[in-house]
Amino acid sequence: MNIAVLTKQVADLVEGIEIDASGRAVDRDSIRYILSESDDHALEEALLLKERSQAHVEVFSLETGEVRDGLCTALAKGADRVVMILAGQETPPSNHAAARMFASVLKGLPFDLILTGVRAIDDLDGSVGGLLAGYLGLPYVGLVRKVELVDGAATVEKEYPGGFAAELGVKLPAVLGIQAAEQPPRYVPVTRLRQVMKTAQVEEQEAEPASEEPVSVERMYKPEEGAGAAMLSGSAEEIARQIVNLLSERRVTR
Amino acid sequence: MSNDVWVVAEHARGQLSESTLETVGKGRELAHATGGKLVALLLTDDERNQINSLAAADLILLARRPEFREFTPEAYGGAIEAALKEAPPRLVLMGSTSVGLDLLSVLSARTGFACLDSCTRLDLRASQLLATCQIYGGKLFVEVALSSATTLVAVVPGSFAKPADQPSGRPEVRELTLPADLPVSRITFHRLIEPPSGDVDITKVPILVAVGRGIQNADNLPLAGELAEALGGAVCASRPVIDQGWLPLTRQVGKSGMTVKPKLYLALGISGAPEHLEGMKQSELIVAVNTDPKAPIFGAAHYGAVTDVVELIPMLTEEARKQGLKKAS
Amino acid sequence: MVPTSAQLGPVPGWAILWVVFLTAVGLFAWRVTFLIRLLRLGRSEKRWDRIPERIKQVLVHVLGQRRLLDEPLVGIPHVLIFYGFLVFLLATSSMLLQGLLPGIHVPSLEVNRYVAPVIDVFAALVLIALAVTSFRRFVLRPAGLQLTWDATLVNILIAALMVTYLGASSFRIVASPAESKVWLPFAWGLADWFARSETLRTNAQALSHVFWWAHVLIVLFFLAYLPYSKHLHLLASPFGAFFSRLDPPGRLPAPAPEGQRLGAERLEEFTWRELLSAFACAECGRCERACPSFQVGEPCSPRQLVHNLKVQLLQYGPALLKKARAATDGGEPALLGGLIAPAELWSCTTCLSCVEHCPVLNEHLSIMVDLRRRLVERGEVDARLQEAFSNLQRYGNSFGQSERKRAVWTQGLDFKPKDARKEPVEWLWFLGEYACYHPALQETTRSLARVLRVAEVDYGILYEAERNTGNDARRAGEEGLFELLREKNMAALEKAKFNNIFSTDPHVYNTFKNEYPELNHGRHPIRHHTELLADLLERGRLKVARKLSHRVTYHDPCYLGRYNGVYEAPRKVLKALGVDLREMPRSRRDSFCCGGGGGRVWMEEIGEAQSRPSESRVREAAALAGVEMLVVACPKDFVMFTDALKTTGLEGRIIVKDLTDLVAEAVIGEAAEVVQKRAA
Repeated sequence: MNIAVLTKQVADLVEGIEIDASGRAVDRDSIRYILSESDDHALEEALLLKERSQAHVEVFSLETGEVRDGLCTALAKGADRVVMILAGQETPPSNHAAARMFASVLKGLPFDLILTGVRAIDDLDGSVGGLLAGYLGLPYVGLVRKVELVDGAATVEKEYPGGFAAELGVKLPAVLGIQAAEQPPRYVPVTRLRQVMKTAQVEEQEAEPASEEPVSVERMYKPEEGAGAAMLSGSAEEIARQIVNLLSERRVTR
Repeated sequence: MSNDVWVVAEHARGQLSESTLETVGKGRELAHATGGKLVALLLTDDERNQINSLAAADLILLARRPEFREFTPEAYGGAIEAALKEAPPRLVLMGSTSVGLDLLSVLSARTGFACLDSCTRLDLRASQLLATCQIYGGKLFVEVALSSATTLVAVVPGSFAKPADQPSGRPEVRELTLPADLPVSRITFHRLIEPPSGDVDITKVPILVAVGRGIQNADNLPLAGELAEALGGAVCASRPVIDQGWLPLTRQVGKSGMTVKPKLYLALGISGAPEHLEGMKQSELIVAVNTDPKAPIFGAAHYGAVTDVVELIPMLTEEARKQGLKKAS
Repeated sequence: MVPTSAQLGPVPGWAILWVVFLTAVGLFAWRVTFLIRLLRLGRSEKRWDRIPERIKQVLVHVLGQRRLLDEPLVGIPHVLIFYGFLVFLLATSSMLLQGLLPGIHVPSLEVNRYVAPVIDVFAALVLIALAVTSFRRFVLRPAGLQLTWDATLVNILIAALMVTYLGASSFRIVASPAESKVWLPFAWGLADWFARSETLRTNAQALSHVFWWAHVLIVLFFLAYLPYSKHLHLLASPFGAFFSRLDPPGRLPAPAPEGQRLGAERLEEFTWRELLSAFACAECGRCERACPSFQVGEPCSPRQLVHNLKVQLLQYGPALLKKARAATDGGEPALLGGLIAPAELWSCTTCLSCVEHCPVLNEHLSIMVDLRRRLVERGEVDARLQEAFSNLQRYGNSFGQSERKRAVWTQGLDFKPKDARKEPVEWLWFLGEYACYHPALQETTRSLARVLRVAEVDYGILYEAERNTGNDARRAGEEGLFELLREKNMAALEKAKFNNIFSTDPHVYNTFKNEYPELNHGRHPIRHHTELLADLLERGRLKVARKLSHRVTYHDPCYLGRYNGVYEAPRKVLKALGVDLREMPRSRRDSFCCGGGGGRVWMEEIGEAQSRPSESRVREAAALAGVEMLVVACPKDFVMFTDALKTTGLEGRIIVKDLTDLVAEAVIGEAAEVVQKRAA
């Protein structure tokens, strides 16, 4: 059983995010990168599968942001091999271009499962997992929260609104968009991470260049602060009183 | 080039979903403004109950097969792909939902049509179609010109109002002829997993006290419970709180949780990720409290306040008790 | 005549004594050798240095019995029994020698006119002491003290030794009163009483011998039995004291050297001194009585921890020893998940109270942290702690906020503190993350900035270059994270120009003082802000504009008080402000932890405790008559106690206030209205 995990680095919202002078793109200097959260879950699910069924886990990432740190973390967590994909361009690719590059690297490799996060916070033109499945002609299921391997096929649970889920059978090879791993992503102690960073072999592989920009952005803007809401102010006690008065006036609770 | 707008109809347990009805309303407006038709694409095993809800469509393209009873990405995707290639419309709308997200990107890759996710607005400005999408958890909005001949767009549920009244006419229903050589789906439906039952149904409670990360830890949850009790409502939560296991899944609001429309939604310590907002933004009155004045929740709320909820909640409870707010029951 | 010179049946008495003696000594030696071999399973640790200081430890803690006297009811009897033991070591040795070598003249201490009275008096004192401890053990039954057959037997044996000694002495006097002119008040008293009986008088010589034999045989039995019983502490604890840790308690022992797995969960992964803890422990329960987590019903017991280590050592140590020779599988299960559950470890607040109250100087904390290190190494940390660790790693603070926001608190000031990275300052103020980020503390932080401005202190801060110092991450078992944070802080500190450092956070204070060796070297002594404020008030740099009249109590933060001995400075400040300070029953060295230390502040609640340490503490403060304010000098205390006031419903009764705010109120006078409003 061979599993590929595709990950990407996205802007860390803790650090804030700015729009550049053109008004059409994010100011990349304002960004500090972090592994996309659902990709972290995809990696965790792959590692759980590895523990359960001796799978071989390889992690691929495009060379955006602090990719080396991210790949070393994956190694420290238990991935068998990590590969940085060289995109040959400065700007982060669109998801279409990213999926093309992943496809060019993965095509012909004997992977049974390709896991990736179901979506990233900067997804605009679709999600990498679905696009990749389309390009490679593989089945794709997204919003997956559980994967089991049974006789060369996968049984997955896909989330629906209202607490519902569907159990689906998927023939392999397949691409799965992971919403949440069965358990929260594991912790890597700093000591082990630093040891791995000292000795890690991060392989580099060139992708076929792809520069699809299927989306033409007219402008980018931030929502107004507190837009929409009438803001109440004062001490906590005063706020509490105002809220309760409001409910009382509007007879919400009657 | 056709100016038609297609909407991929979603249904669950026999019923068309709310978000489909919202999208049909918006799609019809855009189609008619550009001289096109609103076409609903309905893949189902039994259309009888569903067609009535689609009265706003000009045309219903119907594919009826037993395997369309439940959504599976490949069977649906294959059929839609075939239909799209046959007569590409101007715009294909679907939900930015568990169903729509499995179709959007695969179809884009298979057909070569452009695609957009997380759309919250669609405008027609000087005969140019514009879509506004939210990225970075609602911290940025992107306005995109839909310049290609055909674009696939996934719309965030709750972005458009459901049309108040249905047109009286009956749309034409046309059977969709699927090619004989559609490949066999590699994805099969096994079973539906029901949510754990026995808990309060938060979609039916008129007053919801919703807690998020700002509640800090599980020990503070009883405080929220007391407030809900004082107001005569129930406690619900955003995904992080549920993921910690502090409340059961049945109390989750948002994508993959419940969509609620209570009379009062009191959002305490919830920052307001888009996945959460889509599950509650149609509440009648939304009051949000958060320490971060830039929290996107304030964009959806009617009233807001910036303060620490752990400090505030007991005060609210006390004040509510003092004013005797709870419904006499 | 020596009792062993008589024939006992066909053999002379001395021969029988030799047989018994050699058997007892043999058993003793065999057992002790075995125990030492068990200790040598542990990894090496240097404890042979600084001999004079080690001798001092023995004098203070073994001969001086210092910590035993903290609890007089048991401490004084223990001192009597201990010294009785030493006296009888001499007396019994002399008796044994006489008995073993009947033909040779050995000075007889029982009749020595200087020594014998001492022995006689001690025999009686020990009996009284035993009566007191038995009363406590069997009648009062203090919580945490286990009733065991072992302890009962040992008590009976000691009593029997005293009784038989007095019996032998008194019947010897009855038999030949002329020979015994030495002042032996108790033996003489008994002798007078026995002499009234004709039967006893006639058989006095024989009875004296019977008692003599009984005494000597019990001693030999005791000798052989001792290393098998819990009274092994009697043998092991003097060595425990000698080999105790001489480094400051605020400097956590480093983990096993690189190349070995981090932390410990198997015998060979602990140091030999940690293993010795198991033998030195008398199971007296002082650690439990001092432990805040245990006291509120959490699954934390330093006593049980050490006891479990002992069980593991005795159960699996022998197999490990054989393995060393025969390379067969020892099969030792890991302590974690075996005898020790993770919850027991996570509930420790690292308050140091157990270590400070342990009479045999055991090092519970280093054992605790070594076990935690292994849990972290295995990735077994709860979700909240994991989040805190990840945040510390990424953002340098546990709040998960951007490092760029670290100085956001300065925005409420009408002046800008100097940037120590850009201009030289006299004092570097290292704030600690709570003072920077916690919304409830930022005003207090600003208060101090204003006070320092009034006092014209030349200080600066590191702005966004400051990181969490790693004190608590280290104690939560994340050694690598501590090192990472230390490197980042040191890099920032090396770029700054300053003469002295102070911190508002005792956790920062502790780790800077004890665990940042490059920082110290005597160049940059770190001070706590209460020390700085005390100094400023004393030298008149700060003047109290209005005396405060509140009646307050003060909570000693663990990492300031117990860890580093700073008890006076905050009290001096309070005195200078004019407040009426009332001490809580548990203060200074006995201060009761707020429950937030050692990473606990980042963890989920553990178990089904009856209450939390912080709640117990605020109740204690509120129980003081007329006390309206609990004054703290640690940001975590403020947060923990403020929260506890809410959960205990004591919010109207007492308020929690940082010492800084009181100083600001007295010196600047600005906070007075706010204070009154809150109190009302």
